[in-house]
Amino acid sequence: MFRTALRNVLAHKARLLMTVLAVMLGVAFVSGTLVFTSTISDAYQASSQKGYDNVDVAISPRSQDSHSGAPGAVPRLDQKLLDKAAKVPGAASATGTVSGFTAIADKKGELIGDGFSTLGGNYFPGKDGQDARYPMRGGTAPKGPHEFALDAHTADKAGYKVGDTVRISVDGPVREQKLTGIFTTDDGTVAAGGSLALFDTPTAQKLFATPGGFSEIDVKAAAGTSQTALKSAIDKVLPKDGAEATTGKQLADEQAKGIAQSMDGMKNGLLAFAGIALFVGIFIIANTFTMLVAQRTKELALLRAVGASRRQVTRSVLLEAFVVGAVAAVAGLAAGIGIGAGLRALMSSTGATVPDGPLVIEPSTVLASLLVGIVVTVLAAWLPGRRAAKIPPVAAMNSVHATATTKSLVVRNTIGALFAGAGAAGVLVATGMDDGKVVMGGGAVLLLIGVFVLTPLLSRPLIALASPVLRAFGIAGSLARQNAVRNPRRTAATASALMVGLTLITGLTVIAGSVQKGIDKMATDSLKADYVVSMASHTPLSPDVAKKIAGLGEVTASSPLRNSPSRIGTDTAYLTGVNGKDFGKLTRLDFTKGSLGELRGDRAVVDDVTAKEKGWQPGSRIPVTYEDGKKGTLTVSGVYQGNQMINGIVLDNATLAPHQKQITDMQVMVKTAGGPTDATKDSLVKALGKNPAISIADKQDVSDGIAKMFNLMLNMLYGLLAMAVIVAVLGVINTLAMSVFERSQEIGMLRAIGLDRRGIKRMVRLESLVISLFGGVLGIGLGVFFGWAAGELIGGSLSTYELVLPWGRMGIFLAMAALVGVLAALWPARRAARLNMLAAIKAE
Amino acid sequence: MTTTTHSGVSTTGHATAVAARATDLTKVYGQGETKVVALDAVSVDFRQAQFTAIMGPSGSGKSTLMHCMAGLDTISGGSARIGDIELTGLKDKKLTQLRRDKIGFIFQAFNLLPTLNALENITLPMDIAGRKPDRAWLDRVVETVGLAGRLKHRPSELSGGQQQRVAVARALASRPEIIFADEPTGNLDSRSGAEVLGFLRNSVRELGQTVVMVTHDPVAASYADRVVFLADGRIVDDMPNPTADMVLERMKGFDAKGRTS
Repeated sequence: MFRTALRNVLAHKARLLMTVLAVMLGVAFVSGTLVFTSTISDAYQASSQKGYDNVDVAISPRSQDSHSGAPGAVPRLDQKLLDKAAKVPGAASATGTVSGFTAIADKKGELIGDGFSTLGGNYFPGKDGQDARYPMRGGTAPKGPHEFALDAHTADKAGYKVGDTVRISVDGPVREQKLTGIFTTDDGTVAAGGSLALFDTPTAQKLFATPGGFSEIDVKAAAGTSQTALKSAIDKVLPKDGAEATTGKQLADEQAKGIAQSMDGMKNGLLAFAGIALFVGIFIIANTFTMLVAQRTKELALLRAVGASRRQVTRSVLLEAFVVGAVAAVAGLAAGIGIGAGLRALMSSTGATVPDGPLVIEPSTVLASLLVGIVVTVLAAWLPGRRAAKIPPVAAMNSVHATATTKSLVVRNTIGALFAGAGAAGVLVATGMDDGKVVMGGGAVLLLIGVFVLTPLLSRPLIALASPVLRAFGIAGSLARQNAVRNPRRTAATASALMVGLTLITGLTVIAGSVQKGIDKMATDSLKADYVVSMASHTPLSPDVAKKIAGLGEVTASSPLRNSPSRIGTDTAYLTGVNGKDFGKLTRLDFTKGSLGELRGDRAVVDDVTAKEKGWQPGSRIPVTYEDGKKGTLTVSGVYQGNQMINGIVLDNATLAPHQKQITDMQVMVKTAGGPTDATKDSLVKALGKNPAISIADKQDVSDGIAKMFNLMLNMLYGLLAMAVIVAVLGVINTLAMSVFERSQEIGMLRAIGLDRRGIKRMVRLESLVISLFGGVLGIGLGVFFGWAAGELIGGSLSTYELVLPWGRMGIFLAMAALVGVLAALWPARRAARLNMLAAIKAE
Repeated sequence: MTTTTHSGVSTTGHATAVAARATDLTKVYGQGETKVVALDAVSVDFRQAQFTAIMGPSGSGKSTLMHCMAGLDTISGGSARIGDIELTGLKDKKLTQLRRDKIGFIFQAFNLLPTLNALENITLPMDIAGRKPDRAWLDRVVETVGLAGRLKHRPSELSGGQQQRVAVARALASRPEIIFADEPTGNLDSRSGAEVLGFLRNSVRELGQTVVMVTHDPVAASYADRVVFLADGRIVDDMPNPTADMVLERMKGFDAKGRTS
């Protein structure tokens, strides 16, 4: 039987082409993901290992038990400890490091980088006067508060040379520093496209920590001393509670574990999309084998007549699927390895530098890819294989075409209706529940299965809706409509493949659009301020900024937002300090109980969630332990609806400031006399010294920022789902090509009695269009339903949530479905038009 | 121009014009060593309102002659005309239009689109052309082939004989200049076959239709007004007013010749 199966594959290789392509794409997605993630993961791990070459033992501050003492205090490592560590037996040298955010302005004054990966640190010369971590490519190490050094990558990008004066900013005010040196480094952040500025140690300590303090001390072992031996030596000199030592190996391992974890997350995410593409592929495989079996009815019946058992017939079909799956899986694996290599090249060419390393193809990758391809194909061919076994031997002698029985559709429709009904009910019930995620997920799956099962039934009425339009295309149109509903199962499977992708795309678009609107509304509605001033990196601002802003003539009201840790009972809670006098002019908070009044003295307002949790009412008195350990009492004057920007316990800065060790602002809200205009913004920018590190955003900027984030996310998802759509397109091509083959006699007859080539082409194209639009309408419809339902759940936690139907995008999706139809029909239509009508008529 | 090229052929009398004519029609398949001459300079006229049967042993070129005359296949040499229209040199589009407007077809099988009902199948050529069928004529055709009660049935709900009657009705409905039938009774039992042949003969006698039929069945050929015999790509005989016995005798001659030579 194996030979028969193999012969069949070879005989039908043209007809199996699309199936092979579909499986191949899915497998390529899987193997590409696996190759890419393991390559990147290995490269990062190797690079992190390298990053700890100079570190044998690292000493870092240990955060104290938060149940006692001053809340949130972080102990610092000092010079004394550094000296002690350096003298420990077995230690060769000790390096104290500090680091923090440092913005570098390019020559136009704009921030280089994205604000998150722009870092600053200290140059820590060793005994030879050099810092082994940062070899200088040109110039000298920075000395004193007005000099700094810059990494070569950033310097080259911005065109800075040794001797240039560069505007930089660490916590707000602009500093003009002289660039004394350009260094190279294999620091991971720089490798990933960030910037690194170095200061001499005292300057860095002042900027990033406390004078004389370090954030980490790295100790290098003398030759012959092991990391563990050095660690136990250092442990003896460490203060009891303030610090802990870790070996370099441990750190590297931890980082490697972290990298592996984040790579796993990425891998699983990508594999989920690969799974969707493969799932779509199943429809195509099943369709192909169903058609092949139907076309081969006589052949299979003959096999049965000459003595093959039912099981042998099924097995021959499955064997055929196995061969197809194996070929496709091998091709897919090869393509996937190419994709993995290509992706890395693409990433490094776009500037996101990925550490170098060999392409990693693990045995498990090869095995998983081959297995996935073969198992999916064989599984999808299972039902057609069983159907093949049911062909009676007498069919071999029968010259009359047996028409497919339609009675099993009744069973199918009943099952489908039950599933879809139960699923829809589940989803609807879940929208009313507090925590309906599980119910909704289950309901969605049931509904989706129900719709899959019901699509053959739905195809007739839905496609009939298109008939007035199709009639405009004359006979080709009405023939196309009838051909489309002729084999409801095949049409349904083809349309379902497209439906899956479009359901997800539409659903995600609806959810993203609605959530974006909700967050946007929350961010901007609660705000009366014209501008929000913050660091580009979202690190704290120097209080000087708020002072400078308050002093400006056009500013009518302003308030910094400060965070300070505190303890209430045994819980740590963050207090938000504001300018109590102006707070009401800058925000528009909804008070459910009490009112804002004027925030001063011990008066505080609390968000509704916290208030509910703690049982606070206006008038409640809250005992707090401040950051410095002093105790006090606050009185609740109102309860407001919290949002992303403002929540928790809000009080006047005058009350909070005396307890803070170091005063920094998260952001400053500003209201101006003229409202947000370019001129106002210009004067703010100027007043703050054209600072590259400070972002001044009006409401529109805030909205744009949110929109940008959502668009980026959506575009990524679209890209990942594109594979599922491509596989669906292959499915439409496949169905049409096979239909054309199956109907070649009819097409020949139509040509003979006078339908010209254009008419034949148009007929095939319209059929394709109808099937694709059918899938598109179903997908978009389901997507909107799921989007709405998921939104009802989200609405529970996002009070400003509001369903936004992206009509424009939905129109684009439908147009895309139509385009899929037209494109998919190109080749089958050409084939149909080129059919030799004599051969077609004569063939039996 | 003469109306006959062969002597002794009598027509039914009311028409002598030529509906289709082949002059030195040659059809060659393949090239070099695999070259096969299917038609070797065949000249024949098919007169209007006459029922002509083309007969001959397998491989004699009878189907090829029909395909070439009907514009289904290309012509290697000579000329083929439908009415006044020369087929050689016509582009596919013109040829398609010609088939649509001037020619009716009845094939051995797969005459009908399974998605269309009987009536839709009958009017299909006119639908393709975008013409409205002549209602009275259509009714008469349907009446003639006896399908009045089955017009809403799909082909799968009709018997083989009924399916071929639908095909006959389709060929007649657009009033083509000529109908080509390729073994129209090949798949039918003798009773259904006799019915279909009867309709074809009646369409010639009563409606003045021109019919050319390829067959290998002497009984079927006996329904025709005239039988043209082909062998090895040449016309070897032309028999007016045939009977089944006469045709059978003539065919036996071919067989004997085929075996002895």
